[in-house]
Amino acid sequence: MNKANQSSFVYVTFIRTTPDKLWSALITADFMKEYWFGCNFKTEWKAGARWELVYPDGRVTDAGEIEEFDPPKQLVLKWRNEFRPELKAEGFARCTISLEPISDAAKLTITHTIDRADSKLIEAVSGGWPQILSNLKSLIETGQVVLTEADRSNGQ
Amino acid sequence: MSDDTVFRALADASRRKLLDRLHRRNGQTLGELCRGLDMTRQAVAKHLAILKRANLVSWRREGSERLHFINPVPINDIAERWISKFEYPHLRALSKLKRSLEGKDRE
Repeated sequence: MNKANQSSFVYVTFIRTTPDKLWSALITADFMKEYWFGCNFKTEWKAGARWELVYPDGRVTDAGEIEEFDPPKQLVLKWRNEFRPELKAEGFARCTISLEPISDAAKLTITHTIDRADSKLIEAVSGGWPQILSNLKSLIETGQVVLTEADRSNGQ
Repeated sequence: MSDDTVFRALADASRRKLLDRLHRRNGQTLGELCRGLDMTRQAVAKHLAILKRANLVSWRREGSERLHFINPVPINDIAERWISKFEYPHLRALSKLKRSLEGKDRE
């Protein structure tokens, strides 16, 4: 049976890089600020650690616990909104970030799920992810082009 | 996953209808997507395959079933290609990325 008591989305993008490089881009604070609109993850990046998503003004918007930390394959986060009471009341969602090599690219899959129907939290986070993923893709892929150009001029 | 693949997948009213249905309710099985449509199950499956190849539909296994989800990321990529042409902060970001990926010794 299809789960009527669940809200979720599954976003996928293919980025021309290796899972190792993509993984380090995902968990590197300075780089994250560039593709995540100035936001930053504060955490120790290990299973069991608490994480906080911090906005440029210092506000913690979402937080939770790292359930699984398996570089460069899978990162699982317990995820709860912290600043909108009606979203916080929905409790914890689960965000799974999976990386998989596919020929010359890395397949990045973001799955966000909560065990309740018509979740406002899932609705809220689903709007942001496509932009974040497009930013990430263009930064990494265009970065490679710039990198090649720079390498060439450095070598001359 | 070229832009051509995405545009071709979108250039069909039946496929856009399937995306609309997933947009209204995400995570449907093939059977649920077929319900109330004037298409055979085979035709829906064929359209879904084209949408999956274009990365416009993603899926997840749930027990013995496959749930389908709309994946708007390629549409967003296409939009950004023309919208954010003059975003110079990206260039700054790229040099930061270069440093972070290559390590300091390459600076």
